[in-house]
Amino acid sequence: MAESPGKRRGREEGILKKDPVDVLIIGAGASGAAVAWSLAETKMHILCLEQGGWMNPAEYPSTGRDWEAKFYGEWSSSPNVRRRPEDYPVNDDNSPIKVVNYNAVGGSTVMYTAHWPRLHPSDFKVKTLDGVADDWPIDYDTLTPFFEENDRMMGTSGLSGDPRSPLTHPPMPQQPLGLSGAIIAKAMNKLGWHWWPSDTTVATMDYEGRARCINLGHCTPACAQGAKSSTDITYWPHAIRAGVELRTHCRVREITTDENGMATGVVYYDKDGIEQFQPAHVVIIACNGVGTPRLLLNSKSDRFPNGLANSSGLVGKNLMFHPYAQIYGYVKEPTDSNRAPPTCLWSKEWYDTDLSRGFVRGYGVQFVRGAGPVFEAVVSEQKGILPWGEDHHRVFRKLNGHRLGFSAICEDLPEEHNQVTLDPVLKDSHGIPAPKINYTISENSQRMMDHALARGREILETAGATDICVNSPIPWGGWHLLGTARMGTDPKRSVVNEWGRTHDVKNLFIVDGSIFVTSGGVNPTSTIQALALYIADQMKQRLANLFD
Amino acid sequence: MSESLQLTRAQRDDLRTVAGMIVPASDEYKVPGADDAAIQADILATLGRDTKLVATALDHLARLAGRPLAELEATKRDAVAQEFRKHGGAAAATLVRVVLQCYYRDDRVLRSLGLELRAPFPRGHVLPDGDWSLLDPVKARGGSLRRAP
Repeated sequence: MAESPGKRRGREEGILKKDPVDVLIIGAGASGAAVAWSLAETKMHILCLEQGGWMNPAEYPSTGRDWEAKFYGEWSSSPNVRRRPEDYPVNDDNSPIKVVNYNAVGGSTVMYTAHWPRLHPSDFKVKTLDGVADDWPIDYDTLTPFFEENDRMMGTSGLSGDPRSPLTHPPMPQQPLGLSGAIIAKAMNKLGWHWWPSDTTVATMDYEGRARCINLGHCTPACAQGAKSSTDITYWPHAIRAGVELRTHCRVREITTDENGMATGVVYYDKDGIEQFQPAHVVIIACNGVGTPRLLLNSKSDRFPNGLANSSGLVGKNLMFHPYAQIYGYVKEPTDSNRAPPTCLWSKEWYDTDLSRGFVRGYGVQFVRGAGPVFEAVVSEQKGILPWGEDHHRVFRKLNGHRLGFSAICEDLPEEHNQVTLDPVLKDSHGIPAPKINYTISENSQRMMDHALARGREILETAGATDICVNSPIPWGGWHLLGTARMGTDPKRSVVNEWGRTHDVKNLFIVDGSIFVTSGGVNPTSTIQALALYIADQMKQRLANLFD
Repeated sequence: MSESLQLTRAQRDDLRTVAGMIVPASDEYKVPGADDAAIQADILATLGRDTKLVATALDHLARLAGRPLAELEATKRDAVAQEFRKHGGAAAATLVRVVLQCYYRDDRVLRSLGLELRAPFPRGHVLPDGDWSLLDPVKARGGSLRRAP
């Protein structure tokens, strides 16, 4: 990796790692990478601290014959199962939905499905439109140029022109329809319901140094081909070339403040476990909806006894997960199984509020192509549809390679009792208190999930599927961690203002999913990164009076 | 010492027996059972972080059986297996998963299923582009985004 100007300067002055930086970013995932790249053009001294390390694609699961087995261990999406040194534990016993994430350069973009819808314009005005939750202090149009910029940087594929989604301009064509997509499309057409090829961050042609997708299939736990976009191979190489310093295996314990209530830097543990202090003029948190409130709540002081930036008392509250209602079945004809990226089509048929359905707001749908043989065997045995004994082989051959899935991403409305706090006992390997999750699924969300399952069953039955199974919610489905440091103009009702600066600490910013006011009914990473780029742009425009 | 060696001889015997009950050999499909020596060796060599839970499951199984599982007569053995599967919790689920994840990567089994004996990378797979005229009815129906004030 090239030595950054800041690092070189530090070495020359003999004060390596101890000279104050202009901007300190905590977290090198989806939002941290985007904000680092955007701010790099200012030529400020920018440092990012990341608790994980660089990934090595040669070690990704799809390079080995045990590619599926790894998903149950060192490549689990749950940090509590994975237990890599870079992970911190999460007490999610009081939640039907378990937190999943990844800790490395690239963050959870290393381990995601690459499904790439955006929030809709109406998602920013839910109070006005539906009388629930709150409106965002910004609107979709404000983010439009940053969505576009982000799509170019991440490299998206898709088909422009979906009449039920915001207009996008993916630089690459959509994924093939494949066997599974065609079966789903025919069923949806028979029912007269909307579907469209999904925008994804899977490169369908060679793009910006990344090789095109060759259908490894096992996309979620990292792409050995580099076709799936993760920020370690998109934003970070550009940001580092532009002079940003990225220091890995550095876990931040707390943000420090001075007598004026300004952030002064962070205390962190370096790769050798040595406690360090890194002074900074501006601190940006990019740790997402669980890591960010954990850090703020761990940054208590005499001046901020309830945690940093928490005068509203809302840090950690309003956690939104997106409960996933999943239903799947088995058709007679072969499906794509594990021989393609898992997600291929979406539907927005039930995205907008229709109170006749018995709930407010709605859900997006992502269709799933299938599963590999180990996953099929393990899950089907657990569901009781794959027997032990002589009939095992016959039934397995009926199931394997014939699965079709439907997952509804249900809009979770903000509720203060759904929250992240600090666990009084559980700590990470550095002794830092771990996050604790208290979360329940609301009645509105439950009705939405039930509605989605009924529609999913209709689709599957129309496609001729049998042996239909349900996961509702998907228990290990806490991918989307939103709302725990919400954005707003009222300091009593929000944690950050309309351009990402905390109301309480004028040189402290948050750019990740925790600032979402509402969750929409889609995968959030596209919107998270657009927000990060927007906030970086606001900072650049206000450099002369950033702390006013 | 690897974690897999923590299983006792008796536990390994019961593991082999229960694995054969989960997936028996089949002449019809020309596949070994999960009690096959090579598959058992793969299980023991790769137990790793699952060793503790698998040992817990096998202890539970031993309590239910009261003697080596293989020594029970068939009806009793099936009853023990049903009880184990029904009430074994996370430990039993881990044992079953470990058996299946090794079974369904065995060359003979994959060959019988018509699957290639290789990792996904670097060759990948070919996916048919499909008939995109299927999208025509969706385009014809159109639609609009809900307007935001």
